[in-house]
Amino acid sequence: MPVKFPFSRRRNAPADAWTKCPDCEQQVFNRQLARNLRVCPTCGHHFRLSVGERIDLLLDEGSFEERDAGLASLDPLGFQDTKPYTVRLEAARIKTGLNEAGIWGIGRIDGHRVAIGILDFRFMGGSMGSALGEKLARCFETALVERIPAIVVTASGGARMQEGTLSLLQLAKTTAPLPRLDAAGIPFIVLLTDPTTGGVLASFASLGDVILAEPKALIGFAGARVASGTTGAELPEGFQRAEFLLEHGFVDEVVPRGEQRATVARLLRTLPVAPPDEAWQDASGRGWGPIGALSGFAERLGGAVSETIGIDVEPAGGNGDAPPVSKRREEAP
Amino acid sequence: MTDLLTPAPQAVEEAWRRVQLARHPLRPRTLDLLPLIFEDVSQLHGDRVFGDDRAIVGGPALLDGHPVMVIGHQKGNDTETNIERNFGSAHPEGFRKAQRLMRLAEKLGMPLITFLDTAGADPGAAGEERGQAEAIASSIKLMTQLQVPIVVVILGEGGSGGALAIGVGDEVLALENSVYSVISPEGCAAILWRSADDAPTAAAAMRMTAQDQLELGVVDLIIPEPGEGAHTDHAATARSIKAALVAAMGRIQQRGPQALLAYRYARLRSIGRYQETVIGPRARPEPPSLRRRLGRLLHLPGVRTPRWSEIWPGDEERDVEEGE
Repeated sequence: MPVKFPFSRRRNAPADAWTKCPDCEQQVFNRQLARNLRVCPTCGHHFRLSVGERIDLLLDEGSFEERDAGLASLDPLGFQDTKPYTVRLEAARIKTGLNEAGIWGIGRIDGHRVAIGILDFRFMGGSMGSALGEKLARCFETALVERIPAIVVTASGGARMQEGTLSLLQLAKTTAPLPRLDAAGIPFIVLLTDPTTGGVLASFASLGDVILAEPKALIGFAGARVASGTTGAELPEGFQRAEFLLEHGFVDEVVPRGEQRATVARLLRTLPVAPPDEAWQDASGRGWGPIGALSGFAERLGGAVSETIGIDVEPAGGNGDAPPVSKRREEAP
Repeated sequence: MTDLLTPAPQAVEEAWRRVQLARHPLRPRTLDLLPLIFEDVSQLHGDRVFGDDRAIVGGPALLDGHPVMVIGHQKGNDTETNIERNFGSAHPEGFRKAQRLMRLAEKLGMPLITFLDTAGADPGAAGEERGQAEAIASSIKLMTQLQVPIVVVILGEGGSGGALAIGVGDEVLALENSVYSVISPEGCAAILWRSADDAPTAAAAMRMTAQDQLELGVVDLIIPEPGEGAHTDHAATARSIKAALVAAMGRIQQRGPQALLAYRYARLRSIGRYQETVIGPRARPEPPSLRRRLGRLLHLPGVRTPRWSEIWPGDEERDVEEGE
């Protein structure tokens, strides 16, 4: 039986004009809040943003182009708890105007073309299902093909229970393209916002080359209640907040909302996409400093190594049961 | 309110029976099975960073005479050993030890075999401070790129991120009475049904039995168990696991080293079900009102390009729905 608190609804007043800050309990004029990027002017509390507000905040005006907007969740398990999953999905779609708990697209930040994925906590807690996993995997794959940086802004409670292990495996699916970005020299930047917990944090969100976080954002593997419940221990002050992660070395920088765009733009300037493989061989190109010298050295070394292999290597297996090398043995005598 | 869509009572009973078999106190654990399946088993300890996690064990061994690296969760069999093994729930150092062994396997070109048997990673504050999420994430990432064959065997409980952290592979095999889920049935029931008593219903709704996982494409093959279940005959269980492992290794090695990672990537990429309607790239948000639309067309002063936040506005009252 859910208990109703008599004071929890205060919508009778002109509710659309004022918002009460949950941190400092000050009433903030909504238009002032919007002008201040939805940051409380008194205490600096960062209100949660929709994907639309994120796009406006981070990307150059008019540069964003949504991709794969038609990807949407199905109900693979026929899941029903107190409501059927399909009903919950429909309610979330109506409430948010989104098809899924996140979007991805191509846009520009300070002129830099990027592939960006943005999660929205209002859509079933930003939970990771098959459709969202597919969107992010395509976001990373596009970054790989087009050789542009990948950026993800997270806000998620974790994997979507209503899709069972299919949602769990999305963590692996969204992680699998990341080694390819590493190999291709494509930077990957993560911005963690309130809240980022569970499976999303235990996959791509923890794997950014650079990880930024919003001030005071709740970021953790397990919910704080779970953590204190299992150990029975008192939790440290500021446990699972962005600053806690910064202190323990899991976040690079805690960036207030007003500086996020400039910070990301600065990182994009200083962490450029690596030149494609051919460019490394062109000594007159970017190849200055020790790296250019090294790559030339590696090339010469590489040549020497392959030569050695050509002469010295014994056929694998050794006792004549390896057909691919037997030809060479015939030629040898 | 009675609903027609809730799982049938038989399905609930069957799912819960499997969950209990998967958690059976006498079910063979990783360390019980290692000497029965492999020869020359060594156990390596420590992540070389912080400590040695007793909830994850592993080391090199011989499978049918071929060197392999084995990593598995380790639960205890009674209260004392369970406390020692933290009920099979690993801390970050456990996953980092696993990563160390995976790198060693790759260095020496040894196939990797992992055994899943955990209710989930440890959710405590200590793990949080040492980066539980990062440890799991980088373990998953390492497994997606490891250039040696990986076979995963679900022994008992495959619980959430703690299981997936050593559960990415070229083939995933599951013992007949094992289960695999995104969250424990108790946790799921507590969040969605608001009562842990509904755990059996949640277990059926999540379709967590090995047979269900096979149908969903998460598991590739089911390993039959002897008699009433694996707990009745450890040796017979080990024999059927060994046979399945040898067969799986043969199938994977046929693909050749070049195709190995391409196969693994394609396998992961294909998991999940969604619908896709083709919508052209949405280049600019649609103006929300006729006045705006006309205004933009006629370049009236004061009517600017609509912003994305007008299409997907925020609101001050946010629902709190939780995932795992």
